[in-house]
Amino acid sequence: MNATTATGVAVGPRLRERRDAGRKLLVPYVTGGVSADWTDYLRAYADAGADAVEIGLPFSEPMIDGPTVQEASERALHRGATVRGVLADLRAARVDVPLIVMTYYHLVAREGHAEFCAALAEAGVRGLIVPDLPLEELAELEQATAAADVDLILVAAPSGAPSRLREIAARSRGFVYAMTAMVTTGERAELPASAAEFAARLKAHADLPVLLGFGISTPEHAVAGARAADGVVVASALMRGLLDGATPAESGAQVRALRAALDEVYG
Amino acid sequence: MHDPGATGRFGDYGGRYVPEALIPACAEVEEAFRAAWADAAFRRDLDRLLTVYAGRPTALTPAWNLSAELGITVLLKREDLAHTGSHKINNVLGQALLARRMGRTRLLAETGAGQHGVATATAAALLGLSATVFMGSKDMARQALNVHRMRLLGAEVVEVTSGSRTLKDATSEAMRHWVTCVDEAYYCLGSVMGPHPYPWMVREFQRVIGEEARAQCAAELPAAIPDYVVACIGGGSNAAGTFAGFAGTAAKLVGVEAAGGAAISGGKVAVMHGHRSYAIQDEHGQILEAESVAAGLDYPGIGPEHAHLHELGRARYVTVTDAEVIDAVRRLARSEGILPALESAHAIAWVLRAARDGELPPGATVLITLSGRGDKDTTTLMEIP
Ligand SMILES: Cc1ncc(COP(=O)(O)O)c(C=O)c1O
Repeated sequence: MNATTATGVAVGPRLRERRDAGRKLLVPYVTGGVSADWTDYLRAYADAGADAVEIGLPFSEPMIDGPTVQEASERALHRGATVRGVLADLRAARVDVPLIVMTYYHLVAREGHAEFCAALAEAGVRGLIVPDLPLEELAELEQATAAADVDLILVAAPSGAPSRLREIAARSRGFVYAMTAMVTTGERAELPASAAEFAARLKAHADLPVLLGFGISTPEHAVAGARAADGVVVASALMRGLLDGATPAESGAQVRALRAALDEVYG
Repeated sequence: MHDPGATGRFGDYGGRYVPEALIPACAEVEEAFRAAWADAAFRRDLDRLLTVYAGRPTALTPAWNLSAELGITVLLKREDLAHTGSHKINNVLGQALLARRMGRTRLLAETGAGQHGVATATAAALLGLSATVFMGSKDMARQALNVHRMRLLGAEVVEVTSGSRTLKDATSEAMRHWVTCVDEAYYCLGSVMGPHPYPWMVREFQRVIGEEARAQCAAELPAAIPDYVVACIGGGSNAAGTFAGFAGTAAKLVGVEAAGGAAISGGKVAVMHGHRSYAIQDEHGQILEAESVAAGLDYPGIGPEHAHLHELGRARYVTVTDAEVIDAVRRLARSEGILPALESAHAIAWVLRAARDGELPPGATVLITLSGRGDKDTTTLMEIP
């Protein structure tokens, strides 16, 4: 398969266009296969004003995920979630926002880089985040994603030296994912002040949108994060609600509240 | 068994597959280890600790009675006699000295059987560091004695309740925790696995087993080199350390995995816990839970250098069942008066089977690394009829 099979909404152009129009970007997350009706959350997110949606393909060894996303992944795996199954659900979902998959490298490599990327594109997924694949190991997947018209989004961590941050900003596609702090994913009471400082540092290198993620839990965090960054990614706070029984409509309302806070301050 | 260079590769295996957040920490450990390993003063400090604290060199004991019964010559490299009761202390003293040299105040570790946790708690106490040890709740229950030992030594033991609640999940949790404290904590990994430089560094710290054994064999055996060198494999550190002493010889190297966690015989290539190697997995690529009576071998993967040695055909990887292991514990205890760890008994079990089957010809000479002592396993053994 090749680039001509790519369907779905491209990540980079959509996010850049909206950023350039002055809008702060909001990317909510859902774990693929976490419930029978999991794609209803995608639609609810989109209706609530998400600019893109991140979908986790669950893996048994989630190296950078805290307790909430771990629990969601375990639940999904327990329900029998697979890469192919989640992608089939996505293909059927037809949502009008860019779709981005987050998963660990083992699941990519065992399928084969080209095959995996083609399957993403065919399911309408146009972005990919592989948090355990560092710069040194990136080249092969970089080529495969480019061939499939999928943006390979790189994660920048506050521990990175300036030269690494520069390289991440240069090689990332779609947007640059900036970690708010040296943490795993998870809800948090406060957004550290250093998050904004880090986002500002990255923005100096990046022409792409820079989005802050990891621990953004409330509309206040989103507003504070988006002051220095171009937007935010919200995962665990939404998954906590979902795991505790929130319906798609209720999770949609959570996203709508984040959207409203961003628009009110920056709109 | 070489220096895997900047990329940390053993053939196609190894590497450094960790979140970007951990890359500087791994690079810093690599740089510090390279400098320390080339520094005679560091080597002297470590050698001295291994001698006056850990009790090295450990003995090479002929298994006189078993040898007579089997018609072969069995030599036991007695890591069970090392301080804290297993080979784990060799690696941990090295890493703890390195951590101190790097200015770290806290050691993080994962543990399965608890031996690596006990060794880490021990070295931390000795060197004035604190220790946090991640352990699956299933392992905490069956290795309660070692949990208690760690706490007596002043370590914090963190119960891991995710996934299989064994070593695999304790390792994932320790790596996740490392992200949050890279500036003060040093991750003291317990086997030849994880991101570069760990598989290589841990092998170098365990090399002392093989080098001592090689010299001791030369004194003990007319041919100087044993025909077979056998060691059990969880992640593979005692085996890698032992094999390193015989890599350049004609000795046949045999690694013995638990049948329920046989990464090489039953697994496929996987990227997990920071490296590329083999691991058991389901048809969708999810890592499976290993099942072994020995908590220290209850790991679904194997260190990357072993994957490479397997591919080269330089070492052979075989499996034994829990039943064979229990039998081996009893045989060694009764014939030699040595109660081996359940992990170590895997190596014994394969030798018993191979001698019976004629795979080990009469008169063959066999070195077995007895990686640890069985005291920690007595409650497990009490439950087995
Ligand atoms: C006595 C003993 N032997 C062997 C092992 C397995 O580790 P490795 O394969 O790294 O030697 C363990 C691990 O806990 C152990 O306690």
